[in-house]
Amino acid sequence: MARQLIVGTRKGAFVLGRHGKEWRIERAALLGDPVSMVLGEADGALHVAQDLGHFGVKMKRSRDGGATWEDRPVPKYPPKPEGVEDLDPTRRTPVPWDLKRVWALEASPREGELWCGTIPGALFRSRDGGDSWQIVDSLWNHPGRKEWFGGGADFPGIHSVLVDPNDPDVVKVGVSCGGLWSSRDAGVSWELQGVGMRAAFMPPDQALNPAFQDPHRVVQCPAAPEHVWIQHHNGIFRSTDGGRTCKEIDTAQPSSFGFAVVVHLEDPATAWFVPGVKDEKRYPVDGAVVVTRTRDGAASFDVLREGLPQRHAYDVVYRHGLDIDADGATLAFGSTTGNLWLSEDQGDHWQQLSSSLPPIYCVRFAA
Amino acid sequence: MASVHFTQNLARHTDCPTAELPASTVAELLERYFERWPAVRDFVLDDQGEVRKHVKVLVDGRNLRDRFKLTDTLDAGSEVYVFQALSGG
Repeated sequence: MARQLIVGTRKGAFVLGRHGKEWRIERAALLGDPVSMVLGEADGALHVAQDLGHFGVKMKRSRDGGATWEDRPVPKYPPKPEGVEDLDPTRRTPVPWDLKRVWALEASPREGELWCGTIPGALFRSRDGGDSWQIVDSLWNHPGRKEWFGGGADFPGIHSVLVDPNDPDVVKVGVSCGGLWSSRDAGVSWELQGVGMRAAFMPPDQALNPAFQDPHRVVQCPAAPEHVWIQHHNGIFRSTDGGRTCKEIDTAQPSSFGFAVVVHLEDPATAWFVPGVKDEKRYPVDGAVVVTRTRDGAASFDVLREGLPQRHAYDVVYRHGLDIDADGATLAFGSTTGNLWLSEDQGDHWQQLSSSLPPIYCVRFAA
Repeated sequence: MASVHFTQNLARHTDCPTAELPASTVAELLERYFERWPAVRDFVLDDQGEVRKHVKVLVDGRNLRDRFKLTDTLDAGSEVYVFQALSGG
């Protein structure tokens, strides 16, 4: 049974727990400031990344379930050398060498190792539990990185970091926009993957270029990490060879557009999505919130509606707004409208935990 | 000696009392301040050491001219205010 659910919102972080049969908000923390990312570690530590607007990005850690927080070091971009040109390829404006958002935070199976994906698109690594951060130079200085372009944000970013549970040297990152990159040596060298992803937003001769893809979210099955699921700007893609090649899935109804995806921790053929109207409108099809689920590797999809609003609902679920607990049965998702739902039977039935939270950026079960 | 004052909205996040320090430029003033209150640096300056995009610095009532290297000069008795830049709305 899931123990704790952490929710990052535009106005702070919320910690929920199960009491008897009921899930309740146990604590509202850091109220007033946006929380872009949360991470609960196996030892109980909670990490949050805040975006203070005027005053930049900050990180904090709590060791008492969110009651008290300590300031933590923040990833820092290196000094930009004189004369180096680093321009957004579309707009020809300078890419700031300055942290704008923490967009991914993951713990590695290797003790003390954390990975952090950011906007503008960089990857940082900590080997001391977040006491210090080092930028992954090999990716930041990679010529391919300079081709990344902004998706929904002003500058491109890394929103997904996948660490192989069996071999923590194997690390993949998902970039909006810039495809799927993989390292087999803990970030020393990188290979662009994702052959087969298709970008209808590019001219036809570039639509299959792996460098121009916009995976909104990339996840892997922990028990079978060669199975990778991608909710892409263009639809759903699946890889069974660790992301090297991808197959487009066009059978999901009512839509294959969305931001979020999760995969079952042990069964790589089972995954969930929260669809919306493709692609600029992004609200639930017919104003009805649904979750789509496949249990057969995308041969078919269930459309799950029970407990979810089916009339005049315009909730958008961001890419980190859906999560599955380690128990394999409990899922939760939260929306820009401040609705938070949870299911304890793999999505067959949903209960609404709140209808009045601030806009939700990320939802995460504590490890 | 020049004095530096911070918006109370920053005090919500970190200790940043008003201080009087010997300095001939804004860069020097802030460096001396950060020696004593190191946590304040990252709230005011970005990763490249430039004034954050939405932070407003006033030197004796004028907007800071050099937001990159903070070379604006100070007189004895200069007053520097570090505030939030409002962007309308």
